[in-house]
Amino acid sequence: MAELENLKKIASQVRRDIVRMVHKRQSGHPGGSLGCADLFTALYFDHLRLKSPDFNMDGTDEDLFFLSNGHISPVFYSVLAHKGYFPVAELSTFRAIGSRLQGHPTTHDKLPGVRVASGSLGQGLSVAIGAALSKKLNADDKLVYVLMGDGEQQEGQIWEAALYAGSRKVDNLIAIIDYNGQQIDGAVKDVMPLGDLAAKYRAFDWEVIEFDGNDMQSVVQTLNLARKNAGNQKPQLLLMKTVMGMGVDFMMGTHKWHGIAPNDEQLDNALLQLEETLGDY
Amino acid sequence: MKYTIQNHKDTRSGFGDGLVDAARENDRIVGLCADLTGSLKMNAFADAFPERFFQTGISEANMIGMAAGLTIGGFIPFTGTFANFSTGRVYDQIRQSVAYSGKNVKICASHAGLSLGEDGATHQILEDIGMMRMLPGMTVIVPCDYNQTKAAVKAIAAFEGPVYLRFGRPKVPNFTPAETPFEIGKAIRMIEGSDVSIIATGHLVWKALEAAENLLKENIKAEVIDITTIKPLDEEALLKSLNKTRCAVTAEEHQANGGLGDAVAQLLATRFPLPLEMVAVMDVFGESGTPDELMEKYGLGSSNIVRAAKQVIKRKNT
Repeated sequence: MAELENLKKIASQVRRDIVRMVHKRQSGHPGGSLGCADLFTALYFDHLRLKSPDFNMDGTDEDLFFLSNGHISPVFYSVLAHKGYFPVAELSTFRAIGSRLQGHPTTHDKLPGVRVASGSLGQGLSVAIGAALSKKLNADDKLVYVLMGDGEQQEGQIWEAALYAGSRKVDNLIAIIDYNGQQIDGAVKDVMPLGDLAAKYRAFDWEVIEFDGNDMQSVVQTLNLARKNAGNQKPQLLLMKTVMGMGVDFMMGTHKWHGIAPNDEQLDNALLQLEETLGDY
Repeated sequence: MKYTIQNHKDTRSGFGDGLVDAARENDRIVGLCADLTGSLKMNAFADAFPERFFQTGISEANMIGMAAGLTIGGFIPFTGTFANFSTGRVYDQIRQSVAYSGKNVKICASHAGLSLGEDGATHQILEDIGMMRMLPGMTVIVPCDYNQTKAAVKAIAAFEGPVYLRFGRPKVPNFTPAETPFEIGKAIRMIEGSDVSIIATGHLVWKALEAAENLLKENIKAEVIDITTIKPLDEEALLKSLNKTRCAVTAEEHQANGGLGDAVAQLLATRFPLPLEMVAVMDVFGESGTPDELMEKYGLGSSNIVRAAKQVIKRKNT
């Protein structure tokens, strides 16, 4: 359908932005960013009920999104810019001195679209729970979303938060895990296996849905299903299978491109694989 | 004015009572507690405003993150746990999700310092002021008695920005006037004097007043300054006093490293070099004992302040 095709086109541009941003500064995290480009595109250009381009910190009567694994800032910045929160041209300042586009997202420099600093892992789920409780107190029926990494599940704070959300039935909260199976030191199953993550969250009284995060139709449908489930006395976990580096063949499926930048030749190769659809910054 | 003991009360009760009063006036105030509701005297708040109270269980990191999230949508979260678990245990959560993110969270910390008593060094945090004053944008408040703590709660509720509020467990002299508005960042000159400035905070303010009275018997006129706010430090008040007395003693229930003494030393070294002595814990951990035994053993009594005052006056005059 046309809508899906349009989202795929946007995702292609987001992927171009990611590799160009990281290449320009020779610094940043392309792998996880590329893997999550479809999710971010679906969230910001289809799913989330936003007041963009207007931004205010309280986010009253709009859906809220938090990025807990802040190192995938390139994909976040790209969608925020294309959504109109700040000029697309500003993407060229990624990680440069004086930029609002810090290595990891921050509210410190007042970048519209960001509501909490992240980068030190494990903290975003707790913040999202707080924001979800704030919505309940304000009788605001919009939802709160948070994306975490799979390696990030090794942080203890995640499980404090998972316990709280399940036990207290924070059912306006939708957490998503980017399950790409890779972390800095290697495969998650080698570094510190997570076991049956879905079963673990279910044991914490969460509703768990597994889906393919690199199939746009599956992403859109899963998000819609989760919205329909909201308010059913359980927080929801969307366990999103992705391929790290998705869209650039030589970056795919390996932890090696977690946090390194392509050289000039690799950039050219990557861009040949990614159609320019909205215009490069 | 002359300060006299009105009664003996714990500063944590000042927090609990102040929180209920503040919450009655401001319906955006919410409370979070990590399984220490009774110890923090938050029961009255939890009973009066059950929908605004969040029991997190023994999960301090999650509590701090939730507090940061609750500010989004306009609430004013007050977190409550022991000072140790309010700072050292959750330092990175405070640093990233609260301080760097500029969130309007009030971190309220009880059982600070040696006067926690018998629980021993695991719980007697003596480094929290240092940790919190290092964070950019963090306001650090250490009231001296029940009345001042209660007033401070109302003041921080009305103040926009992250705050660390430190108070303690034991019943101590309650001597400042009730219902006095608390001014964040303002030092209070308790006694006027010309020979030495005794700069004290928290439980040590009363001991500084005792020391000044004893010094006066030897015709030494000490000026006593209550530092209610460690950060931002009331530099002008301190420089004004030191311009007259030309020497200072700091007194605090904290390590000399990183605490009020360090803050005053930094001010003096960079703006007005003068002799300074510190009454503080000197790079050791505490232990079990009664609060009084511990304060004496670790050198935080009024006699220690008297000795330090005489020593610093001697240095000034040589």
